[in-house]
Amino acid sequence: MNISDWLILRFEIALAGFILLQLIIKIFDLVRNNETWLRLNIALTFLIVLLGFTGNDSGSMFGGMFVSTSFIIIEKTILAFATLLVLMQSYNWLKNHEHTPEFFILIMTSVLGMFLMLSSNNILLFYLGLEMATIPVAALANFDLDKKRSSEAGMKMILSSAFSSGMLLFGISLFYGITGTLTISSWQEMLMPGGLEVLALIFIMAGFGFKISLVPFHLWTADVYEGSPVAITSFLSVVSKGAVSFALAGFLFSGVIRMQEVWIEILFLLSIVTMTVGNLFAIRQTNIKRFLAFSTVAQAGYILLGLAGDPVNAPTSVVYFILVYMFSNLAALGVVEAVSFATGKEDLDDYKGFYNSNKKLAIVLMLALFSLAGIPPTAGFFGKLFLFTSGVHSASLVWLLFASLNLVVSLYYYMRLVRMMFSENNEQPIAPIHTPMLSRIALVVCSVGILFTGIFGELYDYLFHLAK
Amino acid sequence: MNILFLLILIPVITLFISVFINSEKVKQIILGGAIAELILCFELLREFMTERAAGNNSPYLFEIVYPWFKTWNINFHAGVDGISVSMLLLTSLVTVAAILVSWKIDDKPREFFMMLMLLTLGAVGFFISMDLIMAFFFLELSVVPKFLLIAHWGSGRKIYSATKLALMLMAGSSLILVGTLLLYVKSNGSFDITVLQSLNLDAETQRIIFPLMFMGFGVFTALFPFHTWVPDGHSSAPTAGSMFLAGISMKLGGYGCIRFAAILLPEGTQYYSTTIILLSTIAIVYGAFATLMQKDIKYINAYSSVSHCGFVLLGIGMMNQTALTGAVLQMISHGLMTALFFGAIGMIYSRAHTRDVRELGGLLKVMPFIGSIYIIVGLCSLGLPGLSGFVAEMTIFMGAWQSPITFHRVATILACASIVVTAVYILQAVAKVMLGPINNEHHLTLTDAAWYERSASWLLMLAIIIMGVLPMWLAQLISHDTAPMAAKLLTLNS
Repeated sequence: MNISDWLILRFEIALAGFILLQLIIKIFDLVRNNETWLRLNIALTFLIVLLGFTGNDSGSMFGGMFVSTSFIIIEKTILAFATLLVLMQSYNWLKNHEHTPEFFILIMTSVLGMFLMLSSNNILLFYLGLEMATIPVAALANFDLDKKRSSEAGMKMILSSAFSSGMLLFGISLFYGITGTLTISSWQEMLMPGGLEVLALIFIMAGFGFKISLVPFHLWTADVYEGSPVAITSFLSVVSKGAVSFALAGFLFSGVIRMQEVWIEILFLLSIVTMTVGNLFAIRQTNIKRFLAFSTVAQAGYILLGLAGDPVNAPTSVVYFILVYMFSNLAALGVVEAVSFATGKEDLDDYKGFYNSNKKLAIVLMLALFSLAGIPPTAGFFGKLFLFTSGVHSASLVWLLFASLNLVVSLYYYMRLVRMMFSENNEQPIAPIHTPMLSRIALVVCSVGILFTGIFGELYDYLFHLAK
Repeated sequence: MNILFLLILIPVITLFISVFINSEKVKQIILGGAIAELILCFELLREFMTERAAGNNSPYLFEIVYPWFKTWNINFHAGVDGISVSMLLLTSLVTVAAILVSWKIDDKPREFFMMLMLLTLGAVGFFISMDLIMAFFFLELSVVPKFLLIAHWGSGRKIYSATKLALMLMAGSSLILVGTLLLYVKSNGSFDITVLQSLNLDAETQRIIFPLMFMGFGVFTALFPFHTWVPDGHSSAPTAGSMFLAGISMKLGGYGCIRFAAILLPEGTQYYSTTIILLSTIAIVYGAFATLMQKDIKYINAYSSVSHCGFVLLGIGMMNQTALTGAVLQMISHGLMTALFFGAIGMIYSRAHTRDVRELGGLLKVMPFIGSIYIIVGLCSLGLPGLSGFVAEMTIFMGAWQSPITFHRVATILACASIVVTAVYILQAVAKVMLGPINNEHHLTLTDAAWYERSASWLLMLAIIIMGVLPMWLAQLISHDTAPMAAKLLTLNS
């Protein structure tokens, strides 16, 4: 084994180093100037993102427990990039927080867990990665230390994730009992549709369902999203959800591909309830974080539609969608973060007349909402379209109709918010907000992403090429 | 550079400039862009006629294909035939007129004019699309501008109307999306209409996909019973918005019904033709009678649009060359006519501040220009020979009568008879609003049309008169391309 083989572990090594650095800093209390330290950390995160574009991509380590391909590297790069954007957007909040090193330790541990999960070919490593990705986030949800809601969010998060992990683990143990091996890729040949296998699969899908908040496992989502600091809401809704979606795609197409006819039915049921319930509940929300929480629940339903495709297009369309969704959701939450930090306002009604007082932020938020609603020329249109085109070969007509008519429902509440911002008057308008440079850069990156990732078709072709 | 590509590029550049320019100057820039687009459309017409005269009989001219998403075989594939060229002319004419009419908008002018341009971009892109996804992209592009135009600059129950319109049109689009995806599967991965056209799908599949496509596009063109957004949307929209909605947006649906439903799925068309004729006849008759009851001049025109657009669908349902040509002519005629009608109504409303027929009267005396326009366009609407409405409706009736089936004949007679009702409500409105005594003192002080309103009116009125007096060149332009469609539909009949 030579040194270049270790390059496939570059993300994990870099993250571990980063976490250790934070620990040392914390122990010896080296940080005097929070702001400089914060900038340095963001720069380091940026370097981690750049790692995705270098070196050797595919290979396996540790007796096949850890695998990597170009496609997995791209997934990790997207997640790292999303984390970077989250950090940049939360600049103001982090700057004033007294526990910034801990924040970085927790968030990077979570990212490290996701990366291990994505690369694992061993179900126990996978499970460890998943836990490592989830538990720190529960601590982070509690990071607004003086707010009661934040503690409540942390508690809800840890309980629901423990419960879902239990289900997942039970499913895994059944699969282990059937196959006698922990290696995911060797399950392919052994798992065929049968009573016990289907039962195990249902448990595993329920576990995944909790993590990406599919209905009926979504009940924690709105409360946690509302109570957590906005940075963590962003992280949960984009990075966590993205990672688990990638992992789900990987699991379905490597481990249990022979049971496709079974899991397509499961996806079908979960997808239509998720879309419908997410959309209908989003209409009733008055708090913008809860509103976005339910809208992300609904978005997950479309991801499932994409997963119904063939083994190449399904993961590609999901990765593409998550990339697009990352730009859209982070743009929306970035604006929410700016408003919430400056004024403490988080109600939908506060956004009335937002366009008149904060034009640029309002435009970013509108773009994000258009993209989430899937209106061209934003990238969201193409993201959804490709989930549809991917799923269309296996999905039934009912599923397609449900999914496309749900677009109408979602249009209603997205457009309502747009209209409120654009044309209604507010007696107490949100005063013009000044955002720090890094947050602004993050918002601009998101807006550019929303406007241009879709129109220029090369990106999808590139991802497709990698997935093959 | 390809002329069709330029047609897309001009609005895009105009929009791009207007983002950065001083908001005072935006309307000049947008008007400039719209005029450039109009000139380009005439140039396209000239080149197109030259090509056809030179004997180029390929179904689509000036084709360009750029790969867009190679993996999905989605292309930027543009091309035009006679129908698209005439639709493009209509679009660019109405755009210029709508921009001129709203010259004095002072509430968020930059956003207003940019939305108008965005609507034009969507319509132009849609009319040149030969790829279903590209067409869908441009169709959806106009959802937000329509919604915000009504919700922000509209009047009356504007939020209700805007939401209703956006949701109904989006529901239509979502049916189109499903239909498109099913076609994609059945064709083994193609969205290209030239490929889909040459594909002989089995009748069973066509029967499943056709209703999705036809209903989807039907919502846009007020297919009964999905017409309910039309009266509310049109009457709540600002003047330019109504002109766009009635003049262009509804034509997207009619064009889509022909291009993406009837031609792609001929057996489906044949299977459902009875239903189409039934629904369109209901729309024609019901629209006409509903108009009789209206007291708001904008509602009068909105309901009469339901009736007039019913003729388009009737023409499609009859499935022969004359009727199809008539349907396209009706789209153009109705587009020009209603745009001008809504323009005139907007001018009256902006002066008198009421649209209630009972409060208006004798306006011809104080505003002779606007009054004359209103009367002329009213006469066009009831089908006076010499104006465009006559040409279009006459062609449809001639085509419809060619069909020997009794049911078709009955429908034709009913549709013909509705013209009498049209005459009643148009003449009533004209008499009450324009003639008679002025019953409001305040109306005596009103002024006649300003330069921008005059130029907009002249533009559309000339088009109506030219089309009415010299219908042959337009009919020929269109019938060249409806002939092969009709032939395809006819072979199924025999």
